[in-house]
Amino acid sequence: MIALIALAGGLGAVLRFVVDGAVARWVRSSVPLGTFVVNLSGSFVLGLVVASTATGSDVRAVVGTGLLGGYTTFSAASVESVLLARAGGARAVTVAALHAAAMLAAGLAAAALGLWAG
Amino acid sequence: MRADDALARPLFLQPAVLALVMLGGAVGTAARAVLADAFPVSDGAWPWATFGVNVAGSFLLGLLVALVAVRGGRSGAWRLVRPALGAGVLGGFTTYSAFAVEVDRLLGGGSVGLGLAYAGASVVGGVLAAALGVLAGGGVPAPRSGEAGS
Repeated sequence: MIALIALAGGLGAVLRFVVDGAVARWVRSSVPLGTFVVNLSGSFVLGLVVASTATGSDVRAVVGTGLLGGYTTFSAASVESVLLARAGGARAVTVAALHAAAMLAAGLAAAALGLWAG
Repeated sequence: MRADDALARPLFLQPAVLALVMLGGAVGTAARAVLADAFPVSDGAWPWATFGVNVAGSFLLGLLVALVAVRGGRSGAWRLVRPALGAGVLGGFTTYSAFAVEVDRLLGGGSVGLGLAYAGASVVGGVLAAALGVLAGGGVPAPRSGEAGS
């Protein structure tokens, strides 16, 4: 099972890399939006998966822990906030704090929607 | 296809780079799955496994981004370090989806205080850990146009 979870995680990471790269290339924004797109869509789908599969099931392990765990990322979200704040000053720190808070609020809402819809 | 065609493509469309991200993501995901298995979370309890990987992974990505930036980042083998270890290993190791669902289940299960504390500690702890990692790695120079997260 761990091999399948790892394989699914690798696929999820590639999917994230492509989505993040495509958003960064084609959407003009001073705030990085690729991680937003990835984390919101992944949290929504994990909500669906958790609501519609049994705890400990193989599907939840491979799709939830593997694919969606590999697809979404917490580390990039944290580092992006830090890089937004790095210019220093009240404005940069405010933008960084809003970035982290918006990701949290939207991620929780997306997961809740998935849990509800599933 | 000629080699210079492949080099002209953005990183996210280069098969060799995607293979490294795939490999790294598999390794990071396997490590997280093993930890999640070793520290299972019961209903209404603090999700230690996810909390630990997310804060530790945020520190390590901050460190990595600074180390790569300090070394000039985009030339030679260093160009592949961030995709392989950042987007791959640490992206696969950390997870936002499990975090979000865990918070929602704590809030929905009546553990409102715990859910809010877990959400706040994860986000603030992750940002502080990432900042520490960036500092430990020597900092990151001012942004240039076209720079993206990993």
